Amino acid sequence: MTNTSMSKVPVTANINGEDVTFLCEPRQSLLEVLRDVIGLTGAKEGCNNGNCGACSVIMSKDPAGNGVLVNSCLVLGVEASGAKITTVEGIAPADGLHTIQRVFLEGAALQCGICTPGFIVASKALLDKNPHPTEHEVRNWLAGNLCRCTGYDKIIRAVLDAADEMSKEKDRG
Amino acid sequence: MATVEINTTEKKDAGNGNQTFKVIGQRVVRPDGVDKVTGRAQYGADVKFAGMLYGKVLRSPHAHARIKSIDTSAAEKLPGVRAVVTGADFVPAADKIERTGEGSINLNYLSLNLMAQEKALYHGHVIAAVAATSIHVAEEALGLIKVEYELLPPVLDVLEAMKSEGATILLPNLRMSEAGEKGDTPTNIAAHEQFQRGDLDKGFAEADVIVEREFVTGTVHQGYIEPQNATALWNTDGQITIWSSTQSAWDVRREVSEMVHVPISSVRVIPMEIGGGFGGKLNSYLESLAVALSRKAGHKPVKMTMSRDEVLKATGPTSASVIRVKMGAKKDGTLTAAQAWLAFEAGAFPGSSINAAMQVIFAPYKLANVLIDGYDVVVNKPAAKAYRAPGGTNAAFASETVVDELAEKVGLDPIEFRRRNAAVEGTRRPDGPVYERIGLIETLDAAEQHPHFDAALPAPSAAHLKVGRGVACGMWMNWDGKSSQSATVNPDGTVSYLEGSTDIGGLRASLAMMLAETLGVRYEDVKPMMGDTQTLGFNDATGGSRSTYGSGMVAHMLGKKITAEMAARAAELWEVKPEEVTVQGDVYSAGDKSITFKELAGKLDELGGPLSVSASADTKGATPAFGTHIVDVEVDVETGKVQILRYTATQDVGRAIHPSYVEGQIQGGVAQGIGWGLNEEYYYDKDGHLLNASFLDYRIPTALDLPMIDAVIVEVPNPNHPFGVKGVGEVPIVPPAAAVANAIYHATGARMTVLPMKPGNVLKALGKI
Repeated sequence: MTNTSMSKVPVTANINGEDVTFLCEPRQSLLEVLRDVIGLTGAKEGCNNGNCGACSVIMSKDPAGNGVLVNSCLVLGVEASGAKITTVEGIAPADGLHTIQRVFLEGAALQCGICTPGFIVASKALLDKNPHPTEHEVRNWLAGNLCRCTGYDKIIRAVLDAADEMSKEKDRG
Repeated sequence: MATVEINTTEKKDAGNGNQTFKVIGQRVVRPDGVDKVTGRAQYGADVKFAGMLYGKVLRSPHAHARIKSIDTSAAEKLPGVRAVVTGADFVPAADKIERTGEGSINLNYLSLNLMAQEKALYHGHVIAAVAATSIHVAEEALGLIKVEYELLPPVLDVLEAMKSEGATILLPNLRMSEAGEKGDTPTNIAAHEQFQRGDLDKGFAEADVIVEREFVTGTVHQGYIEPQNATALWNTDGQITIWSSTQSAWDVRREVSEMVHVPISSVRVIPMEIGGGFGGKLNSYLESLAVALSRKAGHKPVKMTMSRDEVLKATGPTSASVIRVKMGAKKDGTLTAAQAWLAFEAGAFPGSSINAAMQVIFAPYKLANVLIDGYDVVVNKPAAKAYRAPGGTNAAFASETVVDELAEKVGLDPIEFRRRNAAVEGTRRPDGPVYERIGLIETLDAAEQHPHFDAALPAPSAAHLKVGRGVACGMWMNWDGKSSQSATVNPDGTVSYLEGSTDIGGLRASLAMMLAETLGVRYEDVKPMMGDTQTLGFNDATGGSRSTYGSGMVAHMLGKKITAEMAARAAELWEVKPEEVTVQGDVYSAGDKSITFKELAGKLDELGGPLSVSASADTKGATPAFGTHIVDVEVDVETGKVQILRYTATQDVGRAIHPSYVEGQIQGGVAQGIGWGLNEEYYYDKDGHLLNASFLDYRIPTALDLPMIDAVIVEVPNPNHPFGVKGVGEVPIVPPAAAVANAIYHATGARMTVLPMKPGNVLKALGKI
């Protein structure tokens, strides 16, 4: 069955704090929409079937904004309707880097960098939920994000360091 | 000109370790870092152009089949389809062997791998490619291509393929090469190679203990997270531009020029940020297809990206192997003889890593009597490609397991046994080279002195859990190779720096550090960028652990040239003879006058104008490096599952330019070695279909599978390099499988001879199934 003239659906979502309306085919994944339709190429395609986590984004349909970490390759673009979505492009504050990003850089927690957007987003989702994770909790949470370069050592240390720094930042107000 | 020494083999103080550095050894932040943590970095798949088409590949569903006919007419009629190409659109490259990537390759075989002609030789072999207005249309079109196949029996096992009678022949023209001669009968054995020295019989007669075992290892994949991709435009003026994820832009240029029969000057390859390679992105796959589609579609840009399924089915896995090792030792631990027989699967075309495996297998030891035979054998699997220390992990798995057994039999601890036999400067490796200054003994000492070596093993928490510790060594030869770079001094005192070695894991930072060190300026004042095949001279691949070494050497040359030119400008400023100018760090002086690099940079405009230099070299002097690893495992003897409890890897790195990146290389190599050791394996059915072409079923280690990995940097500087560098990236994947196997033995008493050491294989070794 071929369908080359599949009709497009208008979808409105809040992406990284801005309302965005886009047209997408029902068969397009949120990952494809982000990358190819909207032009946010920070989320990467490593497997397109939810195994590698390189396309991780935080998604919420809850007005309070309690986001859930999802593989954007497993979400359809049309499912994003009305959702609030945070991609790696939306993690940093306007004037610099998020602590997680800075600590990843300073701690050499990336080599090739292709998995890094997914790890940054997944780590943000973890620390939002659990500001003081143990090493085991970090490893367990990040087991859905594959990295082939680092052996994970410096990534795990970076997330634990980021948790410490964020907690000190919070104490300082 | 001022007298500044420019010498690619400048020895100076490198050899004695007394150099002091301002920049080298710091843990600086990489220049490409911000873009990589914010999602801005442009990888190959992120490329987009107006009017761009999307290409997809039709792949063989059969492991071995004659292609009787291909009908693309229905696909071509599908709205949105702009071009379809098949074998008929390609004239295979000439039958000639050329250096490309990390080794040599027959270009005819390379072209037959990129696009099948008469036969499909593995499940996933390219049959046709389509360009369309969207990726979905391209995928639909693939389903409309009708291919008639005549099925042929597949050959899936290396020993089966080697049978002189009755084996199905993959390549009718293939003849075995042996000692410079070609055989005269059709065969699947592409080559037999041999290294021999001394008197093997005499050596084994002198031994008090002899151990002989056969090892079998599975097919594994590099497992980079970024799938292969390429975007190509064949412009109407005949100029081809390719944006690619590659370890070697200049090799892609050469390969494409041979595949589509245009001069290399018609091809420009722009390397994009690359999401891992590990040897799997040394050669091209999609580039020539995208180029051909671009022309046929009316000179439109065509982007192609592989799915994960395609990556696993059709790009370089590394060789499965059968390895037999026999070694003998005296009661005092002295090795008397060593023999190895290795058969490596090359996949569908000749060119496995057999030769490298033969270099690695006994490399750590002094051996007077040795014989090594290696076979390169074609089977109906994807064409094997380099994978980090290609052939080293399986070779060391075999030899280091036998060494562990010998050590135990003569009653020596594994480090002491190895130390008594350890290769040193002047030792001749079985394949011929005599070692220069190497650091094997230093890594053994570092391992022995590490708290891990003497630490008590943790008590098992249940009766069915057994714990044990294993040790193994490994070597990699390392490479130097060709590099080209250029730089210009800016009026604000910074240096814009263009380099051409693919940066996969921080190379731009390490090279900028070496240039800054040479110039005496701050790291932040060197602004590195990646060049391409049109903006720089030739650069060899980032592979063979060569880039920090060879490109670092050229960075040093470039720095010396800039310094000489700056000194000449200072002489002009002060109206003195250039040889009167001396340089100390970033300060240029003559008599009582002095000026800093930055101040002088601000005056260049009046002192002769812009200052730009370039440097190219065929660098020499890379030396092998060694590592010694210690691992603790917990084996569940009921289920066969092995858990890594603790891991320590010591390695001679020559000089750590950026210690964090050196540690990262060691940790990453160890993790891949553990994956190869415990989980990773291609599963084929009897017809040659790959059954586990996904990251769910081809399971690489996750964060939950590994402990922290303690990387211990040992620095025995290489006197041939201005900063003492040795290659780092490949050594750490060599010892892990052997170290884990030895640890499993010491936990359970079962010797492991099959990779991966998955639960089923552990239970078999324990005699439980």
